[in-house]
Amino acid sequence: MAIFNLNINGKKQQVDVDPLTPMLWVLRDHANLVGTKYGCGNGTCGACTIHLDGMAMRSCQMTVAQVGNKPVTTIEGLSENGDHPVQKAWLEHDVAQCGYCQAGQIMNAAALLNSSPNPSDEEIAGAMNGNICRCGTYIRIRAAIKTAAG
Amino acid sequence: MTIIKTKYGRRSFIKSTVLAGGGMVLGFSWMAGCKPTPEQVLNMPKEWFNINGFLKIGENGVATIMSQNPEIGQNVKTSMPMIIAEELDIDWKNVIVEQAPLDTTLFKWQIAGGSQSIRQGWPVLRMAGATARRMLMEAAAQEWQVPVEEVTTEAGVLHHKASGKSIGYGAVASAAAKVPVPAEVKLKDLKDFKIIGTPRKNVDGLKLVKGEPLFGLDYRRDGMLIAMVAHPPAFGLKLKSVDDAAAKAMPGIKDVFTINTYNNGYEKQWCDTSAFPELVVVVGNTTWEVMNAKKVLKLEWEPSTAHTETVQGWGGPQKVTVPGGLENTNDHMTKMASLTAKAAKTPLRKDGDPEAAFKNAAQVIERTYTAPFLAHNTMEPMNFFAHVTADKAELVGPIQTPEFIEKTLSARLGLPLEKIDIQMTRQGGGFGRRLYGHYVVEAAVISQKMNAPIKLVYTREDDMTQGVYRPAYHVTYRAALDANKNLVGFHIRGGGTSESPVHANRFPAGAVDNYLAEEWTLETNISTGAWRAPGSNFIAGAEQSFLDEVAEAAGKDPIEFRLALFDKAIASPVGKDNDYDAPRYAGVLKEVKEKSGWGQTQEGVHRGVSAYFCHDSYVAQVVDVVVEGGKPVVQKVHCAVDCGIVVNPEGAHNLVEGGIVDGIGHALYSAMTFKDGTPEQSNFDKYRLIRHSEAPKSIAVHFVKNEIDPTGLGEPLNPPIIGALANALYKATGKRVYDQPFFMGKQMLG
Repeated sequence: MAIFNLNINGKKQQVDVDPLTPMLWVLRDHANLVGTKYGCGNGTCGACTIHLDGMAMRSCQMTVAQVGNKPVTTIEGLSENGDHPVQKAWLEHDVAQCGYCQAGQIMNAAALLNSSPNPSDEEIAGAMNGNICRCGTYIRIRAAIKTAAG
Repeated sequence: MTIIKTKYGRRSFIKSTVLAGGGMVLGFSWMAGCKPTPEQVLNMPKEWFNINGFLKIGENGVATIMSQNPEIGQNVKTSMPMIIAEELDIDWKNVIVEQAPLDTTLFKWQIAGGSQSIRQGWPVLRMAGATARRMLMEAAAQEWQVPVEEVTTEAGVLHHKASGKSIGYGAVASAAAKVPVPAEVKLKDLKDFKIIGTPRKNVDGLKLVKGEPLFGLDYRRDGMLIAMVAHPPAFGLKLKSVDDAAAKAMPGIKDVFTINTYNNGYEKQWCDTSAFPELVVVVGNTTWEVMNAKKVLKLEWEPSTAHTETVQGWGGPQKVTVPGGLENTNDHMTKMASLTAKAAKTPLRKDGDPEAAFKNAAQVIERTYTAPFLAHNTMEPMNFFAHVTADKAELVGPIQTPEFIEKTLSARLGLPLEKIDIQMTRQGGGFGRRLYGHYVVEAAVISQKMNAPIKLVYTREDDMTQGVYRPAYHVTYRAALDANKNLVGFHIRGGGTSESPVHANRFPAGAVDNYLAEEWTLETNISTGAWRAPGSNFIAGAEQSFLDEVAEAAGKDPIEFRLALFDKAIASPVGKDNDYDAPRYAGVLKEVKEKSGWGQTQEGVHRGVSAYFCHDSYVAQVVDVVVEGGKPVVQKVHCAVDCGIVVNPEGAHNLVEGGIVDGIGHALYSAMTFKDGTPEQSNFDKYRLIRHSEAPKSIAVHFVKNEIDPTGLGEPLNPPIIGALANALYKATGKRVYDQPFFMGKQMLG
């Protein structure tokens, strides 16, 4: 066990955990931030996507030690009131069916728009290909990303 | 105008009326405004008045509507309350939706399965809203001393035209709660609908995009421990011995033990399917600690022997034989092919003289289609919270069959049904997987043993390799054409592991003079169950691919070929019990023909068509495939649907799109295969699901407009798309595809 001083959604948070604990489980079990979802644990579904230093990362593939005190943003910290342009576009297009994967989709889409404000269909497909939606809402996700891009 | 008796479900209305008011009696409040302002909507009412088991109204006119069925992504938490709100005649903005707990005294059919929620709920939910509206009207009439017939409502406001009086629902809610339940109520005319048929956003939309804790896996309770289970690595194995010394010594671990999910001699219900009832359990403080301890368990396995069990199914008790041995996919294929090659002792259906028709045919077309086992792969793995004490059990989590699993829990825990409380969370996908609630029982047994609140969590690997798969299937079709290329004989023979996909009375039965349907089943110890559109998710694609080939051989357009068969089924149906409404079936085909511009050729666009009827809804689809960089790409899908009245077009469109994407994805990429009983896919690195880049570029959805009571959309969309896709791929590549998944290995669409 070791003490880590984390910087999550702009707040300092101290946890005492095994340094090999994936960030996903630190968020879910220790920081009580359960918006970040467990889907596969091996980096193949994208449900656990968070931002580390503004970049989209799979939190199941990063240990708490690797994260250290770098700024982490989770779905809960993407905006104060759910009014980030990507969140608003998700609501406008009524994207979710079961909704379980959508936090990861939104976090990945927000990072995509940070690096490429007006992505083409091909860029969207490429950037989002690691995020599985078992309900098959891909067409709405693509439309929502285009709306958020404005 | 329809007048209905408040008979069905009346008990819930009476029970709730007794409870109404919550002890505090408010009079008729003339101070309350007619309509809640936006500010009032943001503020929760100070007082709620239970009008009936489905809804309560606050003093400010805001209504809370209970959503009775499990929400697995099929939009029922939005669409079912819409039906109540319509008949209540309230502004949808002033409605709050809450998930109802399992309560078999208040609600009927609290199940997510068979695309039945809307179909079963339609009359009950309309009655719930209409009854409440009538009680509000009577309360206003009494207060105003006017005949109730003169009271009208509009968007949450009661009016009396002659006197010019108006009052909001909130102001009369207290009085209405004491009005006796009317014996009969009027339902709205369909033309007066203001909510049903208008697009409404998902009621949980904002919470979902904010990442609020809505799912079972998100649930937590003070003092809650985390539990995981280890099951045998192969079907046909059971636990032999456990060395848990290392696991118990791991940090954060509370205990390691074995459980039996069911008591010896317990007669299973249909939803108790579990290939691995004996499990090793690890309980600890946190998920990661339990995962790590599970990895150091030293477990030995031994072969399980063949056995027979009696299972209570929908149609009564059934004897099920579970063979021993370690099974392989290759063996399944060989065995299934030999079963399809043999005539059945007794056909399921025989019309005319099929033997003679085939013997005298000018041309016989014979094709065989296969499909593998599939895992459900809900994105949220199986999990459940349980807190079982000596005298009660509290359970929270994702389950499609709460009212069934409550009975299993009662038998296993030795507690009466009324001591078992099941709360349903939003569910991260269902697809049939959560019909089978062994994990709920496992959670309860673990909590009972630990004497503590626990949350059982399956890893993705646990989830994917535990079983309850879509069966593997194998079917051969034969068609006989006469010298004039008329279809004079049709023969289907097929089966699957544990279950046959042959539906003897489905189309084209009834449209062909000489018809024969036969089936077989292959026993397996790999557990199977309902998977989105069970029984139809393979056979629709096979049948619709085959009809495409028959139409081609007959030299006919595939839509015209089908329409001619439907004309025959309408004019002179063959046989009895034909399980479809031919005009509606033909109707969706005509709709998709018109809307897709069928018959107009576009350079480089290759089209395939299909139509299917299952789970009470009719669907026809046209797939447009283009070839880009040598690879086929689904450019567009045109889809016509007849599901009767469309309750929520927003959610309905989304479900149609999702079903199509899901069907395409599984037909192209997905398979669960076995080597020596061991699932060869255990996570998404090996199990291929469709991804963003492979989804159709666009989907055009067309609902057939009619006034037929609504049916479901969760399942009927994905079966036919497999046929339309296969037919379009043939046009694009010149090759017919017969074996799912169509693309193995790394080949991708687009």
